[in-house]
Amino acid sequence: MLDSDAVTQQVEEILARHKGREGALLPILHDIQADFGHVPEAALPVIARGLNLSRAEVHGVVSFYHDFRTRPAGAHVVKLCRAEACKSVGADRVARHVKTRLGVDFHETTADGRVTLEPVFCLGLCACGPAALVDGRLVGRVDEARIDAIVEGLE
Amino acid sequence: MKIYLPLDSAAVALGADEIAAAIHAHARARGVHVTLVRNGSRGMVWLEPLAEVETPEGRLAFGPMTLADVPALFGDLSQHPKALGKTEDLPWMKGQTRLTFARVGVIDPLSLDDYRAHGGLKGLERALAMEPAAMVAEVTDSGLRGRGGAGFPTGIKWKTVSEARADQKYIVCNADEGDSATFADRMLMEGDPFTLIEGMTIAGLACGATRGFVYIRSEYPVAIRVMQDACRIAREEGVLGTRVLGRGPAFDIEIRVGAGAYVCGEETSLLNSLEGKRGVVRAKPPLPALQGFLGKPTVVNNVISLATVPVIFERGAAFYKAFGLGRSRGTIPLQIAGNVRHGGLYEVAFGLTLGEIVDTIGGGTASGRPVKAVQVGGPLGAYFPRSLFDTPFGYEEFAGKDGLIGHAGLSVFDDTTDMLDMARFAMEFCAIESCGKCTPCRIGAVRGVETIDRIARGDIAATPLLIDLCNTMKSGSLCALGGFTPYPVMSALTHFGDDFLYEKEAAE
Repeated sequence: MLDSDAVTQQVEEILARHKGREGALLPILHDIQADFGHVPEAALPVIARGLNLSRAEVHGVVSFYHDFRTRPAGAHVVKLCRAEACKSVGADRVARHVKTRLGVDFHETTADGRVTLEPVFCLGLCACGPAALVDGRLVGRVDEARIDAIVEGLE
Repeated sequence: MKIYLPLDSAAVALGADEIAAAIHAHARARGVHVTLVRNGSRGMVWLEPLAEVETPEGRLAFGPMTLADVPALFGDLSQHPKALGKTEDLPWMKGQTRLTFARVGVIDPLSLDDYRAHGGLKGLERALAMEPAAMVAEVTDSGLRGRGGAGFPTGIKWKTVSEARADQKYIVCNADEGDSATFADRMLMEGDPFTLIEGMTIAGLACGATRGFVYIRSEYPVAIRVMQDACRIAREEGVLGTRVLGRGPAFDIEIRVGAGAYVCGEETSLLNSLEGKRGVVRAKPPLPALQGFLGKPTVVNNVISLATVPVIFERGAAFYKAFGLGRSRGTIPLQIAGNVRHGGLYEVAFGLTLGEIVDTIGGGTASGRPVKAVQVGGPLGAYFPRSLFDTPFGYEEFAGKDGLIGHAGLSVFDDTTDMLDMARFAMEFCAIESCGKCTPCRIGAVRGVETIDRIARGDIAATPLLIDLCNTMKSGSLCALGGFTPYPVMSALTHFGDDFLYEKEAAE
């Protein structure tokens, strides 16, 4: 568990960095997630106070966007593209394979906390799909063997 | 020795960073001095990573590069196993009219000197000597229409903002390129970021705006980094800042990062997101041109629209307008994707037929099987069967066939594709990404998935219900997400009706 005083202090520092910026909430949430790996519950009232918003408004924004997590992810995050161009070259097949191998569905983390599997709708790699994003690293032409090797390589 | 190797996301996804490291390692081991320029991609994605070596005869291309092909770059180049000849002589390059993408893949994306040496900033120099009304007229006369998909005349939008009276106006670049099969915005930002900066600056001068934002989707980490670096350099070199190019009015640009919501590619939800709110669509009117970001007059243009402005100012509106067909003027960067042999970016004047694009330029499917369908315009675009391959690529021409060109992305599918599954996916995607404002979109998409599942189980009574639902979504949604999801669904049902009958047939 994160210490809520420590969260408050760190979030206040982030808020100070964005002071006076027009429409700063998204950049603030990105910074918080970069620091904590997710947006901790304890950060919401601090942001609300800092930006003169209600806590519900902040929660509404956090929950609207797919990128923001309210819980930490696994040690590694594997995102597989599910969009049409990747589907045309076997993305669904690869996704089924990965789900079986890891024993998780999309939006789930393996029991050992090692890998979180997530869908993504387009990485702009539509002429070299199926595409994946593994811990921020772009991978094109993913097939079963390639994704097995990648998952194997994650410590 | 000078070697070019793309920093483009597609090249990186296919191993360009590893090739770059190997080139440096070999150069060190051999004691050869190598200047490695990480350029944009030439757009031939099937040849990525594509290395180019500068020679007195011109740039020679080698690809697709593997680690094993690196040592031979330091030997007799004519014997290199991946030698393709001069880059500019490749058929893919020779067939194009590169106006917006003229510098992409050619220059070092972050060298302002390189940019100037290839015609950069000439458009802005000319604009600085013009009155705002003349600048707006130049864009209107060029016939440029919004390349994000809507096809609204760019000059009309600028005119509205230019003539609006306000203490602050904004230029917002929509770089939330979420449509599958589209990557032109990404390639432009990664390969020639100063062109976008120049286009936005001209827009600022024409409209009296001093602040600009580029809203880039978070799924584009490379584009974000390159654009941030380019803005910093442009500021340091005095292109941006309190006096544009040292003598104009003020203009500066800030890069903002999205957070994974597809609907934020719609201009009004993008504005809400930029303001730090939920990316919910706004009703129009008021038009963003009059009440946009923070309620102020705002130009919201797509990356390609803005990045085409410099060449229009450099070569003149008449030059640009001379390309194209009908009311689709100029060039369009086609993005050929999916199950296709030669996928990538191909900039050409409007007017090629769909068949020429898919069969001739794309070379048919990658799987070698027959093409079954081509989805044009992203997830909200219609599926075209072979019988419509004579449709010329233009806004009105595709609308006339119950389709749209959107952002000019094409996904090719072979004959193993189940079109009922694709129709179901369109509804599922809409349900996941709906902002929730309009009931036909928020609930209709969920019902759409259920109704298609009923059809899949052989319940043909569900088909009229699906058609009725599509009509409701089309006419009852504020934005294109709910309003256009019926395009892929209805086109699949209309052109590939057999795929909606298979369970019934199996039961008989």
